[in-house]
Parts: sequence; structure tokens; C-alpha cells
Amino acid sequence: MRKKYRDPQHLHPFVNKIITVLLGILAIACIFPFIYVVIISLTSEETIVKNGFQLIPEAWSGEAYQYLWSMKGQLFRSYGVTIFVTVVGTAISVLMITFYAYAISRPQFKYRRFFTMFAFFTMLFSGGLVPMYIVVTQFLELKDTVWALILPLTMNAFYIIIMRTFFMKSVSESILESARIDGASEWRIFFQIIFPLSLPGIATIALFSTLGYWNDWFQALLYINDPDLVPLQSLLMKIESNLEFMRENMDVANMQQSLFSTIPQESAKMAMVVIATLPIAVSYPFFQKYFISGLTIGGVKE
Amino acid sequence: MKKIARDIYTNRTWLLMVLPGTIWLLIFAYLPMFGQVLAFKKFRIDPDGFFASVINSEWVGFENFKYLFSTNDAWIITRNTLVYNTIFIVLGLVFAVATAILLSEMLNKRLSKFYQTSILFPHFISWVIGSYFVFTFLSADYGLLNYVLGWFNIDPVSWYSEPTYWPFIIVFMSLWKGVGYGSIVYLASIVGIDRTYYEAAMIDGASKWNQIKNITIPMLKPLMIILTIMNIGKIFNSDFGLFYQVPRDSGALYSVTNVIDTFVYRGLMNLGDIGMSTAAGLYQSVVGFILVIITNYIVRKIDEESALF
Repeated sequence: MRKKYRDPQHLHPFVNKIITVLLGILAIACIFPFIYVVIISLTSEETIVKNGFQLIPEAWSGEAYQYLWSMKGQLFRSYGVTIFVTVVGTAISVLMITFYAYAISRPQFKYRRFFTMFAFFTMLFSGGLVPMYIVVTQFLELKDTVWALILPLTMNAFYIIIMRTFFMKSVSESILESARIDGASEWRIFFQIIFPLSLPGIATIALFSTLGYWNDWFQALLYINDPDLVPLQSLLMKIESNLEFMRENMDVANMQQSLFSTIPQESAKMAMVVIATLPIAVSYPFFQKYFISGLTIGGVKE
Repeated sequence: MKKIARDIYTNRTWLLMVLPGTIWLLIFAYLPMFGQVLAFKKFRIDPDGFFASVINSEWVGFENFKYLFSTNDAWIITRNTLVYNTIFIVLGLVFAVATAILLSEMLNKRLSKFYQTSILFPHFISWVIGSYFVFTFLSADYGLLNYVLGWFNIDPVSWYSEPTYWPFIIVFMSLWKGVGYGSIVYLASIVGIDRTYYEAAMIDGASKWNQIKNITIPMLKPLMIILTIMNIGKIFNSDFGLFYQVPRDSGALYSVTNVIDTFVYRGLMNLGDIGMSTAAGLYQSVVGFILVIITNYIVRKIDEESALF
């Protein structure tokens, strides 16, 4: 790479510069908003009212975070709901998807074609929002329960098909044969051989699922009214117009009046955005490469 | 009979493995499909539970559809859904492939990796957060855009009540969130192309441009086709968050931001009109289904390998 000679395989240096700059602009455009929100969250409210959202604020301030701390009850509860939903949801999701996908990937399973079609068809024709809403609220009666945030997102035919392809490619029948001859049951084979062998694929599904649960606000929008069950993303929606939702009782409001001369409305909302995005922003560089390798684990087709 | 019983017994482990998933699919996918009959009924809650409600609701034939298509809304939401998605598919494809090729050609590989990390970031952000990001630019009182307009002595614009600009904002945001993911998918495919093709081309004196045109793009074609078909199959479905969160559910913008998904949602949650919103949802499912079948059929004719099924 460091050698100076002109390699016909590579770009002309000038073209390379142009491309580097263009892609650089794109790369910055993709992360700039997050940095901008961090800056706004650290701007003093008076500066925002006077000058708007500045890139380099006239006066910095941590009051937004102090203000959020004074309302930590709701904040912690929402964080708790999100973490619970993400962890439990991902665990159930991964187990159900891998079981299903593994079974339909095995040639010994007589009804594998039927069950493959059974899952695949749901990718082509959907039941639609309203019937789904009625099923969840009236058949399962899950409104205002934590399960309304978990169950509707558990399975996904697309992931089943991806995992099936992954199992067909990565699990060779000969390993299974020798295990079977040794008298291992299919369950033992699954947990002791298949699961460890397929960890890269399973990790990918787990990652997709974790992100899906962490970022979900739609289920809460449909099914959750109880403030105790409002997840983080949904809390962010509720404070969009004003922060009222987070002040659960008058005590907090009174205490705040004595602590803060002006309520840092705008900067506190941005501070909430930062707090909700931080776990993803921090872990992102680490899981990013698994995500990319996961994209290629299984084409939809055999 | 005996044979079936024996088959079930010999397959019992596999059947047990698919059981949880099957129950889920029955309840969360097939039961709602059955619930689509509500599009032809006047929904009334029956004290005897869900099935009784669905079955005992009175048949009204195509009444709900008549009502839906008699309003101007049906046309607006269909137009918005189709036009936006068509633009997303075309621009998304062009930008993703172009970005992927440029990323793969960059000389500084470490910088290229860093760029990839950056452009994929928006993919992991929810539209709720995305909506706040947009707000920092578009807020009428504090936003960056109005501030910049101030330099040129242009009056501040109240963005959230001006429909004129929103088609551009929506398309821009869709690309902002989607191009990273798309380009990474194509990049993975470019990395997998056999290097000997390029070596042979270089021996023949092919320029970089010719290599891209005659090797890279043809090699990406199957993937481009399959991803495009999958997108055409979904052309009647929209990214709900993009059309609901980003414009902050602003009523003044409905003419350019209302799509079938948001229409169904508002019909259900704001109006409580179960019949009409189910009808709109069924309209979406049926047209979507037909589109997948047709596109897949066409692709089968052209190139059987690329067909989905």
C-alpha cells in the first residue's frame, strides 16, 4: 500500500481524493446529528431560547441532566421495562426461531416442506394491523401487560428462513450421524453440538432481535397506556411536546420549581435522546462487525 | 391411519421443535389473516370473546370498501405509498450500489472501514430518535436550518406545517437511514468477487471504469434483482416510523405524508373505525400479495436462479 508506483489495479490518486472527500461527507452526515444532539443537551436553556440550537453554544450547562435526574423515577422505570423486554424477548425469540429453523432444515423431518411453507407464507400475505390489534387486545387480552411488548415481535418468518439456510449449510449430516450412532438423542445433539456449532448464526439472530426490541416503540404505541410499562422509546415520544409526562406527581414539580429557575425544556429532551441512544452508540463499534458478517450468513434461497 | 400415527411418532422430536413456533404463527399470523373477514363486517364486540365477536358481527358486504374508496383519502394514500416507495427503491439501489463500489475502491482501507461504521449507524437508530434528529434541524424556533436561512436574510420557515418541502425531507431521511445498510450488503458481495476476473481485465488493458462496468456491476446483478423484487413486493407497505414519527404526526402535512400504514393506524386508534381500517389493510395485503407473485413470476421467466420461490 505504501509503495509509490502507479498500480493499474488502483484508482488514480486524484480520483481517490475526490471519492474520499465525497464519502467523508456522507459518513459525517450519518453521525453528525447524534453529536449535534449531545451538544444541544449540554447547552444552557437561556442560550437555546436566545440563539437556537447552536453548534458551538454561547453557554454550556449540565442543567438538563440535573433536571432529568430530578425525574429519575420514570426514567429508571422505562429503562427497566426496555431492558426486561429486550432480554426476555431476545431469549424467547432465539429459542423459538432456532428450534423451528433447525427442524425444517433436517432431511429426516417428514413434514419439513409443510412447515417451511407454513412459515414462508406469512412473508407473502399479512394479517394486517387491525386484526392483529384485535387478536392481541381481545383474544389474548394483553393490553397494558409487558407481554404485549414481547410476543408480537417474537417470531419472524424471514429470520426462520435465514436460519434454516444457515443450518443446511453449516451443519453436516456426518457429524450428526456419528452422534446418533453414539446414542445421543436429537435434543442432546441440538444443545450440545448444533448450538455451539451454529453460534455465529444464532448470535446474528440474537443481535437483530435485541436491536428490534430495544428500538421498538410501535407495540407500546398500540398496547400500552400504563406509565409503569412505558419503554424508553415510547417515553421519548410522550415527552415530544412537553416533559409533563415524566413529572409523575406534584411533589416532583414543586421540588423542581425550587431547584430550577427556568425549566430546561429543550435541552432536557435532547438529554433524554442522548441517554436512550448511548447504549447503542457505545456498543455499536463492537457489534457492528458481527452484524456485517451476519448479513452474509444465509441467503434466503437454498 | 396407523401409518400417520407412526409417522407422527417417528417425527415427534421435530414436531416438538416446531410446536412453539407453529403456535405463534397460528396466533400472530394466521389468526389475523382470518380476522381480515372483518373488512366485510360491521365489528361489534361480543361478550363471548374474540371468535364470537368476529363471527357474530353483521355482514355488510363491500360497504367498508365503498366507504373507503368514496373518500379522497384512498387515492392520496395509494399515490403517496406507491410514489414514495418507487423513489426509495430506485434511489436506494443507485446510492447503495454506488456507495458500495466507491467504498471498495478507496485506497485507504482503514478509512474505508471507518466510513462503513459511520454510514451504517443510522440503521440502528429508531425513528423516534431519528425524529428528534430532524427536529434539531427543522424546529421553527431553534432549528439549524432556519438559522442558516437567516444568514441569507430568508424568513424562517415553519417546516412542520409546510407540505411543499416534505417529499424531499422524507426521501432524504429514507436514504439517510437506508443507504448504509444497502451499501454494506453490496459491499459484502463485491468483496466476494473472484479477483482473477479483475487481473484478466487488467492484462487486457481495461480501465478502472470498464472493470466496474463489465465485472463489478454484472456480478452484483443477481443480488440487485433479488433485493429489488423483494422491495417491489413490499411496495404497498411503508416504513411507519418514517411517515409518522419524522413529520411528528403533523396534521398539516397529511397530504404528503399519509400512507396506507399511517391511514390504517389512525383509522383504528383515532377514529376507532374498525371496518374501514380493516378494509384498507386488506386492500394493502391483497395488492401486496399479488405484486410479490407477479414480480417473482417475471423474474422466473428472465432468470430462474434469482427468483424467490
